[in-house]
Amino acid sequence: MRHWLPFWPLISAKQGVVVNNLVIAEVAVSALTVLAVFLMMATFCIRYRRGSQASRAHLREKTWRIEIGWTTATLIGFLALFVWGAGIYVWLFQSPPGDIEIYVVGKQWMWKFQHPGGQREIDALHVPAGKTIRLVFSSQDVIHSFYIPAFRIKHDVVPGTYETLWFNTTKTGVYRLECTQYCGDQHATMTGEVIVMEPTAYEKWLTDQGVHQSLAEQGEALFRQYGCSGCHGANSTVHAPSLVGVYGSMVHLQDGSVRRADEAYLRDCILTPRTFTVAGYPPIMPNFSGQIGEDDLMKLIAYIQSLAQGARHGDDRR
Amino acid sequence: MAMIAAEVEPTYLDNEHTIASWLLTKDHKRIAMMFLVSITVFFFIGGFAATLIRLHLATPEGLLQPSLYNRMFTMHGVIMVWFFLIPSIPTTLGNFLVPMMIGAHDLAFPRINLASWYVFNLSGLVLLYALIMGGVDTGWTFYTPYSTVYSNGYVFAAALAVFVNGFSSIMTALNFVVTIHRLRAPGMTWARLPLFIWGIYAVSVVMLLATPVLAMDTMLLGVERFIGVGMFDPRRGGDPILWQHMFWFYSHPAVYIMILPGMGLVSELIACYARRPIFGYAGMTIAMMAIAILSFFVWAHHMFVAGISVYSAIVFSLTTFFVAVPSAIKVFNWTVSLHKGAIIFDAPMLYALGFVLLFTIGGVTGLMLATLGVDVATHATYFVVAHFHYIMVGATVSAFFGGVHFWWPKMTGRLYPEMWARFAAILTFIGFNVTFFPQFILGNLGMPRRYYTYPPEWQSWNLLSSAGASILAVAYLLPLFYLGWSLVYGKRAGPNPWRATGLEWLTPSPPPKDNFERTPVVTVGPYAYDPETDQYVTQDGVSHA
Amino acid sequence: MPSATLRPETQYATLAQQGEVAQLGMWVFLATETLFFGALIFTYYLYRLSYPEAIAEAAKDAVLWCGSVNIGLLLTSSLTMVLAINAAAQGRRSAATGWLLMTIGLGLCFLGVKGYEYVADYSDHVVPAVNFALKPGESPVSELFWVYYFVATGLHAIHVTTGLGLLIYILWRLRRGRISAAYYAPIEVVGLYWSFVDTVWIFLYPTIYLAGRT
Repeated sequence: MRHWLPFWPLISAKQGVVVNNLVIAEVAVSALTVLAVFLMMATFCIRYRRGSQASRAHLREKTWRIEIGWTTATLIGFLALFVWGAGIYVWLFQSPPGDIEIYVVGKQWMWKFQHPGGQREIDALHVPAGKTIRLVFSSQDVIHSFYIPAFRIKHDVVPGTYETLWFNTTKTGVYRLECTQYCGDQHATMTGEVIVMEPTAYEKWLTDQGVHQSLAEQGEALFRQYGCSGCHGANSTVHAPSLVGVYGSMVHLQDGSVRRADEAYLRDCILTPRTFTVAGYPPIMPNFSGQIGEDDLMKLIAYIQSLAQGARHGDDRR
Repeated sequence: MAMIAAEVEPTYLDNEHTIASWLLTKDHKRIAMMFLVSITVFFFIGGFAATLIRLHLATPEGLLQPSLYNRMFTMHGVIMVWFFLIPSIPTTLGNFLVPMMIGAHDLAFPRINLASWYVFNLSGLVLLYALIMGGVDTGWTFYTPYSTVYSNGYVFAAALAVFVNGFSSIMTALNFVVTIHRLRAPGMTWARLPLFIWGIYAVSVVMLLATPVLAMDTMLLGVERFIGVGMFDPRRGGDPILWQHMFWFYSHPAVYIMILPGMGLVSELIACYARRPIFGYAGMTIAMMAIAILSFFVWAHHMFVAGISVYSAIVFSLTTFFVAVPSAIKVFNWTVSLHKGAIIFDAPMLYALGFVLLFTIGGVTGLMLATLGVDVATHATYFVVAHFHYIMVGATVSAFFGGVHFWWPKMTGRLYPEMWARFAAILTFIGFNVTFFPQFILGNLGMPRRYYTYPPEWQSWNLLSSAGASILAVAYLLPLFYLGWSLVYGKRAGPNPWRATGLEWLTPSPPPKDNFERTPVVTVGPYAYDPETDQYVTQDGVSHA
Repeated sequence: MPSATLRPETQYATLAQQGEVAQLGMWVFLATETLFFGALIFTYYLYRLSYPEAIAEAAKDAVLWCGSVNIGLLLTSSLTMVLAINAAAQGRRSAATGWLLMTIGLGLCFLGVKGYEYVADYSDHVVPAVNFALKPGESPVSELFWVYYFVATGLHAIHVTTGLGLLIYILWRLRRGRISAAYYAPIEVVGLYWSFVDTVWIFLYPTIYLAGRT
């Protein structure tokens, strides 16, 4: 199906619809404004062209009242748009806990996705319809930006930190996905597809991948491999904080500040522990920066996250 | 009148003829003409890159290698922003007109003015070196860590060029601020300053306070690129977003650096060709200063999806709406300034009307981008590309061309051919809209900027845009020919061919070396036109029929 | 900059106006300079807030006595500079010469101490990209501190050197009799610049030398 003169993008997902309504409203307001200015100019230009008979008497001298009038009117109009847009933004960028959490790594020039069950894919993202999907991004090299035009959502993917984005769509289909932050030679090919499937089809797809180890389980293996368990394990004699239930809690740091232990915090702690010493513990943890790749890091975090869920459900695995 | 005596005195163009008399001149008018030559050269280099870009994008398969395409849009951006748009109006028309419009004999620091030209060309040479050696592929924004670590282009040289170029901006702006403060003719109070001077004043303040931040930013970039360790390096805990903050702290005000002189200039044109005072002079000056000040508090609206906190995004969205208010006021005032005028549709007026319309379209789409929810969708797509081209190219370049035509008789002593000029003005407007309006639609469809290829269903709009670009290219090239022609064959212009009111029209065209025989004394405001009787009063208080 | 003769240039009505314009020009230039250094110091504070401990740790390696002696040298030189302006305004040319020479001497001492400090930094292995070595227990952020240190002090040293050049030029003008009680704006303008250079050091000093020593 080819539209040779497409005017408007295909819209899907809750986010897409909400943003799209605002876009339509603003396009309408903008078109009216431009039209009004154009008509006014055209009218004046014709009526008051040099040599026309129209009267030029009584040029208005005092203009303050008019100017204050339309300044106020413009300001009020603008404020209305601002409030509408800001509300949507807050809703878009404060992701709720997702039904499914997917880790995304951007690198020159591909998108790598890791499903909670351990399934991995590149430049394609399979998700079930009707579920809230939360994406956690990291970049292996430069800044990328993750954009799904049909959902009208976008977020930069910045190296050295985690960003999140969420969406929920009920319409199955295949949607385009793009990188919108210039990232080098093949930037234009850093595109892919989001495939929204019926939940049953999604389940089938997951099992067809033939993966038996979930992301958290893979992380647990790494937790031992990198020697983390030596200090943070249950039987350790080293004075290091236990990681059970850390994810999502508020952590007091040595310098007096308090941080929520989200993905970005855990990442910082693993890579540059010396800059985020937890209150009451000696700064002895070695630096892992440059030693753990983005993929492994996400697995470790998925594992630490699973410890928190375990603690919450009262099922103490250790 | 002292006209007869003045005509005997040699003009600034022919009081000396050696090359050294140009290269070592302290005369602001000669320096202005030298700048005009320099930026015209850069305009056409940047325009050449633009032509290649549009040719390439006419088909999804394209024409150039990806790496070459990336170098082209970077070169286009860097040259057009720093080597054409920012210096365009201030260094040429500003340099020429600021002393003349306020009744001074020269700028406050003529040597610094000349040094500014040399520094500008030096930075231009450094940039050309970077381009010839292999180019830069980072985009004009040099985002880290791509620019510092991953790019294999000549980033250091390009950053150096931008750094050096900043000194030229600062020197020019410093000269304007001091001149406007201290060298106004007797009676030329702030409330009697022509709006063009207000525009130049506002832009100079912005240049002075924003450029040093870019200088520091590019310096840190250069250090990081050169020694491999630096402030923006995420591997050492550095923050790549910091680059963006500092970059946009300059580069957003830079957008206003491009548009503010145009706003002032267009006010001159509209008043003169509508033969009536500008509507709301005081409001116009307040609006320009408000834009200049507010422009410093909106930079992060380029970073709404870069991971800045939700709260700061809200604040920056709000300030962006605030800065749009004075811009809207100006559009209203220009429109109403046509009311009860006696409008003459000469080429400068056509450019001015085009300016207002293009600025309005650029403005309302800017509001859409300022709206947080919409920006999430349209950020970094062709919607943004179209928006800023409407402001920076559509509006600013229209104003620049309008101004060059309007003051051409003053600069050269010759009239330009009116019919050709009108044709070029109309062609510019049409070509511009055909080129850039389709890009709004492409952006809304989701075409990201800086893509060398795109899905085939977007080809129609891209093709239309490329077709428009070729019209635009003709419209921009035309003046080069007929203005060149007029240098030799143009009719001689009297001192005031447009029956305008500014002080610059009181001296012969072209003016003598010291501008005025006697320092003029100002007794009236700038736009004393009367559409009813068709009389006008020049700023020295003399009424003309 | 105003010309050397005691007649105003064509664009000025009087010498007094020419002097006043020169001063305004320098003030405007200093506003620009303030944002230039301001941007750098802003960068510093961003990292200081993000990594308070790591930056403090790194800053402990800065040579405190060098910075402290230098702040004394520069503050004193600002005093001698003002005395030179004062003498010039009163037409006491030899006194003005003496104070200017002292200012230049103090500026040279500053550069000398700074040079010594750079050598000390080199042997302490804190020069990024040249011989930087992380000390045990330090975070990689400390290299960022040292980048800041060298950029900031290097730029400042360039400004001091420029200032010295201007001072020597002014000295030459003074000796040639081109600065008098009637027209001494050039020396005032250079004095403004010199005070600015001094002020910058007052801001850099705590960020570099005092950060790790609370």
